[in-house]
Amino acid sequence: MINFSILLPSILNGLTTGALYALVALGLTLIYGVLHIINFAHGALLMVAMYLVYFLYKLFGLDPYLALLVVPAAMFVIGYVLQRTIIGNASHGRDENILLVTLGLSIVIENLALFFFASDTQVVDTPYAFDVVELFGAFLPVPKVIAFVGALLTALALWLLMGWTDLGRAIRALARERKGARLVGINVDHIFAMSFGIGIGVLGIAACLLLPTYYVYPQVGHGFVLIAFTIVVLGGMGSFIGALLGGFIIGVVEAVGGLVLGESLGQIGIFVIFILVLLFRPQGLLGHRA
Amino acid sequence: MLEVTGLKAGYNRVEVLRGVDISIRPKEIVALLGSNGVGKTTFIATLSGLIQSWSGEITFKGQDITRTDAASIVDLGLIQVPEGRHIFPNLTVQENLVLGSYRRGRKARSANLERVLETFPRLRERIRQKAATMSGGEQQMLAIGRGMMAEPELLILDEPSLGLSPLLVEEMFELIVELNKQGMTILLVEQNVHLSLEISNRGFVMENGAIKLTGTAKELLDNPDLQKSYLGV
Ligand SMILES: Nc1ncnc2c1ncn2[C@@H]1O[C@H](COP(=O)(O)OP(=O)(O)OP(=O)(O)O)[C@@H](O)[C@H]1O
Ligand SMILES: [Mg+2]
Repeated sequence: MINFSILLPSILNGLTTGALYALVALGLTLIYGVLHIINFAHGALLMVAMYLVYFLYKLFGLDPYLALLVVPAAMFVIGYVLQRTIIGNASHGRDENILLVTLGLSIVIENLALFFFASDTQVVDTPYAFDVVELFGAFLPVPKVIAFVGALLTALALWLLMGWTDLGRAIRALARERKGARLVGINVDHIFAMSFGIGIGVLGIAACLLLPTYYVYPQVGHGFVLIAFTIVVLGGMGSFIGALLGGFIIGVVEAVGGLVLGESLGQIGIFVIFILVLLFRPQGLLGHRA
Repeated sequence: MLEVTGLKAGYNRVEVLRGVDISIRPKEIVALLGSNGVGKTTFIATLSGLIQSWSGEITFKGQDITRTDAASIVDLGLIQVPEGRHIFPNLTVQENLVLGSYRRGRKARSANLERVLETFPRLRERIRQKAATMSGGEQQMLAIGRGMMAEPELLILDEPSLGLSPLLVEEMFELIVELNKQGMTILLVEQNVHLSLEISNRGFVMENGAIKLTGTAKELLDNPDLQKSYLGV
């Protein structure tokens, strides 16, 4: 039987991993909520962000946490420009085209990464990578605790941005009422690109928080995005709080599942949840019926 | 204030506006009349820069705005309250109103908000309510309130009385007169021919994508053609 003393560390660990999943899911859910598309390039762009962090470390010795000052902003610009140029123009305003464009983008980006960086896994060696803190009698890696706090702060910042700024109001307005938005003078292309940019910028934060404990390789985004997609569906498409909650649930399920079923089967629980949600609550935990 | 000459526009390849000529002078209330599907909404969509015209010219306050984008047209003070309201259903009443001043300075906002809430005490009571949960009449007030937040010089109202009870329709027309007294020029698109001509200085009758008839409100009310086709007399 599993007792509490090993269950607790596992749950805490799951929460920290879940926070990182939530970060990836937050961008996905934001982009879905505003542009009504599933961004298939999300994983590839996470990979780009992680390589950025890696090379900043490798070439300039920049610590991943200091890279927080650069990488999110760079990813925001990449996202903004991608939407303003390729995605926005190639789609001709049709959702199914956008889907294909983002899918195509992800293939191009990943193959470029394979070509230039080869498929080797790369790590960033930080002096604190193996530091641990004790929490309620459980030992947690310091980078994971930082990632947890960072993810919560990011979610809080996004929430404030969406609720209390002109930009946030414009984004939410445009998500539901395009004609009304144009009539108050909201520049549709700009706000779409801002939303995409912010979603991708959050990936930059995720990458900085990830790299002290994860490694990077050209397909690293796949696993994350599959889980992030599950979280978005679980939390309710377009819901921020849902993404955060979904991230925690998935993280804990994965960790506890790993404990019970063994490391390699831990993710089974995620897909069981995914299927149960699709069957019984297709709008997600916090989503609204269409 | 607004001069439109030979305006043509449509959707895809289908021509809807076949050369519209209209002029509006400052401080006027002008009614744009016409039966369903003649192109009234299309016309004002072109004015607001929502759709591009094919040919013709629009000048507003002496400035050519034929190719100007929607946001810059809002900046100039040409504001539209659209048919079907198009308020933001997922936002609160307050957020809807604040977005009305999206292109205006932060300082002007609170003054604008106060003015709108004076005009519509109902909106003040429901300031934190989601717009989607408001009644039809309240939503219409919100749509007009959002338009007022943009400090319009020319306010275009597309069928503001649609779906309102007779009492509210009455109030709506009183409000339009009141806004006009405050200095706004008004272009009123209406099916309610009689009521709208009663408060208007002049009127235009659109038929088949062009202006068929124009004159002072009195002339139009007395016009036998108009009486036959629109007033059912
Ligand atoms: N988005 C669109 N795409 C294609 N055709 C359209 C579109 N919007 C309007 N039309 C067509 O253009 C014509 C004019 O429509 P419009 O809405 O301008 O008429 P209207 O005078 O405002 O009518 P109503 O009094 O019923 O509001 C109609 O034949 C309509 O079917
Ligand atoms: Mg109409």
